[in-house]
Amino acid sequence: MSAPVIASFEFAAASAELFLLAAICVILLVDVFLSERTRWVTFALSLLAIAGTAFATVHFSVSGRVVAFSGTYIADPMGDVLKLFAYGTVAVAFLYSREYLQRRGLLKGEYFVLGLVGLLGIMVMISAGSLISMYLGIELLSLALYAMVAFDRDSGVAAESAMKYFVLGAIASGTLLYGFSIVYGMTGTLQLDDIAVAVREVGVNKVGLIFGLVFIVAGIAFKFGAVPFHMWIPDVYEGAPTPVTMFIGSAPKIASFVLAIRILAEGLGSMLASWQGMLIALAVLSLAIGNVVAIAQSNLKRMLAYSTISHVGFILLGILAGTTAGYRASMFYTLVYVIMTVGSFGMILLMSREGFEGDRLEDFKGLARRSPWFAAVMMMFMFSTAGVPPFVGFWAKVVVIEAALDVGLAWLAAVAVVFSVIAAFYYLRIVKLMYFDEPTENAAIQAGGTVRTVLTLNGLAVLVLGIFPGALIQLCAQVLP
Amino acid sequence: MQFDWPILSVLVWLPIIGGVVLLALGERAAGLGRWLALLVTVATFVLSTLLYTNFDSSTAQMQFVEHLAWIERFNAWYALGVDGISMPLIVLTTFITPLVIISGWTVIEKKPTQYFAAFLILEGLMVGVFAATDALLFYVLWEAMLIPMFIIIGIWGGARRVYATIKFFLYTFLGSVFMLVSLIYMYLQTCKTGQCSYAIADFQELPLALNAQLLIFCSFLAAFAVKVPMWPVHTWLPDAHVEAPTGGSVILAAIMLKMGGYGFLRFSLPITPDASATLDWLVISLSLIAVVYIGFVALVQQDMKKLIAYSSIAHMGFVTLGSFLVFELVRVNGDVRGAAMGIDGAMVQMISHGLISGAMFLCVGVLYDRMHTREISAYGGVVNTMPIFAAFAVLFAMANSGLPATSGFVGEFLVIIASFRADFWYAFLAAMTLILGAAYTLWMVKRVIFGPVANDHVAHLKDLNGREFLVLGVLAFAVLLLGIWPAPLLDVMRPTVEHLVQQINVSKL
Repeated sequence: MSAPVIASFEFAAASAELFLLAAICVILLVDVFLSERTRWVTFALSLLAIAGTAFATVHFSVSGRVVAFSGTYIADPMGDVLKLFAYGTVAVAFLYSREYLQRRGLLKGEYFVLGLVGLLGIMVMISAGSLISMYLGIELLSLALYAMVAFDRDSGVAAESAMKYFVLGAIASGTLLYGFSIVYGMTGTLQLDDIAVAVREVGVNKVGLIFGLVFIVAGIAFKFGAVPFHMWIPDVYEGAPTPVTMFIGSAPKIASFVLAIRILAEGLGSMLASWQGMLIALAVLSLAIGNVVAIAQSNLKRMLAYSTISHVGFILLGILAGTTAGYRASMFYTLVYVIMTVGSFGMILLMSREGFEGDRLEDFKGLARRSPWFAAVMMMFMFSTAGVPPFVGFWAKVVVIEAALDVGLAWLAAVAVVFSVIAAFYYLRIVKLMYFDEPTENAAIQAGGTVRTVLTLNGLAVLVLGIFPGALIQLCAQVLP
Repeated sequence: MQFDWPILSVLVWLPIIGGVVLLALGERAAGLGRWLALLVTVATFVLSTLLYTNFDSSTAQMQFVEHLAWIERFNAWYALGVDGISMPLIVLTTFITPLVIISGWTVIEKKPTQYFAAFLILEGLMVGVFAATDALLFYVLWEAMLIPMFIIIGIWGGARRVYATIKFFLYTFLGSVFMLVSLIYMYLQTCKTGQCSYAIADFQELPLALNAQLLIFCSFLAAFAVKVPMWPVHTWLPDAHVEAPTGGSVILAAIMLKMGGYGFLRFSLPITPDASATLDWLVISLSLIAVVYIGFVALVQQDMKKLIAYSSIAHMGFVTLGSFLVFELVRVNGDVRGAAMGIDGAMVQMISHGLISGAMFLCVGVLYDRMHTREISAYGGVVNTMPIFAAFAVLFAMANSGLPATSGFVGEFLVIIASFRADFWYAFLAAMTLILGAAYTLWMVKRVIFGPVANDHVAHLKDLNGREFLVLGVLAFAVLLLGIWPAPLLDVMRPTVEHLVQQINVSKL
């Protein structure tokens, strides 16, 4: 239905982005006239904006690959599914964060506007058909995230994290752009589809192309947070306010995944031999460093940051396989990872109170006694992230290992599972603190109904998807032919 | 044999649902919770006896088969089925669990409903592991089992419980992940040679080159050797057993160790017969080391539970010995009868050891509930104040030593005969267990039970109460029954064992 509509009216393809952009402008203006008490209006409008965007995406969904705006915009099923997941993630992140922000006096309209701008950046990245539109999306997302990290003006740690993120992010964006420009110089075109053709004509082993590829991989690795471009992750995750950390850890990973797929798998797919080796090195290092250093952390946000780095290693494992099965596996892993991460940070938000961040490991001591249900939910998140059945994180590992074995990288699969056992230690430590230790403080959990409900649903999702993973796996397989 | 209704699914899910209901009930209804747990476990046991009575002993085919679509992408099915090897193990599981519930009736003070709930969920998962005929389902349940056990040891265990439980989890997890890689590899192989499948039967028929077989065998060895446990990856067991609560030790020893033996029989032998034949010397040597060396280690233990833990390792050495002797017998000597005897012995030893070690841990639990110490030196002359208990303890000690007329004898005898047919020295070393087993068990019994009353604490001990008498009595009856009349067990296993021997006699190369 949609392809002919788009052919006759190109703007229909980008209807979701246009709607969101309009909504952002409206919300920004409306917020000016609201007071502290009526701030919930901004919150409600943001959720409505996301709902409207989702409606637009579903209404104009495509069944094949459609190119619009002279090749700078791609609409395909994978993009639609990823966008819908991004909407869901941002909406859930907003739901989780409202109470925390209110308690800290940070409930400003700009937070939601920035979040929506970040979402817009993610959408632009997902639909990017040319190097320039991809870069546009990256910058839109990154600038919004820099501002969100620095949102708490009174926190020195947050300001420091924002500075680090901004400086390192700018360097990484510059590196990426430099790689883009070299590839443009070698191929003469910015459109990803044309680049794929041109690369084969120019010759995949041309030094110039490989040179550009190296810079592009470096930029992608930074956005992902793969070792050795991971330095910003622990500090930014720890320093940013927890809801912002949740935002950074979840939706942008979808964006990084799509960045890698569009540029490496689709655009520069014929250069697989060159970038496979680079990604193998990045994956092994990420698995090793991420898992080993996480053991030493006493701050839960920092520990989850290093755990993120190790999960990035797994996602790269699927991408570097270079097969459709591998890309599907990575997509599934990314989506599962987003669900688990949002939940884990949601638990930290649950524990946070007046003047108390709730992100130290000791804060979880004896949680089983204080709140049996949420201790069980956290246990489900921890076992899922460790890859223990019957939770969904296990299936994520299975599909990625299958992709690696399919291309004969058995040693890499073995390395990955060994490191996942090392990872199990620090996840078990959380379960140990909750169930085997006495509580050091018996303060009641102050979180309100929204956080509790969303967290419960999140935990149940992890369990149910773990027992019946078929539907989500099938979805990933369908959209990536 | 097939029923109209899915009996295996009921056996798996009834305890799990019971456990979840118990968790939902919470601590408010502790009394009700206990009775509910008992009801569910007894009902599960009664239903599992239907498996036995309706079992068709003339065929080696899977029975009570269930086949439901699960994950279409992987062609992985929710497939359950039992044969002569898994059925007795399922009955053992459902038999032991009610006894564990009864033994923890009043002993558990901290969060009793959660304690019983954990055991119920664990029981369901364990039955599922034995009943799974799809490799991915098997693996999911195999790993999922670790979670309740981790919680049981960590919350209700002894002083060093955190160290013991994390060690138990990580050790077992590390061994198992290699098995996962192998299972996925074999799945991809089935895709190349025919239709993609995760069914264990398809893996058993899958042709594999020797190099691939060796790697797959080693990964299975990693997983099952840790579970059995074999020397030298046995070090998690003494810690886990000692620190676990009595019920946890019983389940660990009686059932979870058997999963390693079951894994060898179900996976290693039929799927990688050539690699198993090439490396059988390795497993046989490790088994004999376990029997002899660990026997000596058990001799010097001061803690009763640790002694029984090491004794478990030594007895499980017989299981792996019996399983792998078949290659020496069949492929080298062409002795099919002997090979069948070896596997029979391994299976009977699994069941028998499940009953005996469970009973011995319960005996130690009886003493610990009264004196709160497991040190042998703190006891002496218990027979004077607890004569009924002493009778049971001596019976189980004799069974542990392999006294004829107890079940301990049957399994060991079969394996020793089988090893004799393979090689004199295998039999010689294996028979050492008869001496060492008697040595460490009877010496412990002598120091703890017999002699004059050692101290005031012993002088004030009360004999068994009704519940403890029931539990130990039931186990004593089972041990004697299996020892005097093992035919019912051997007969149901016969066709499956013979089929297995035929399978491994055929080279896959």
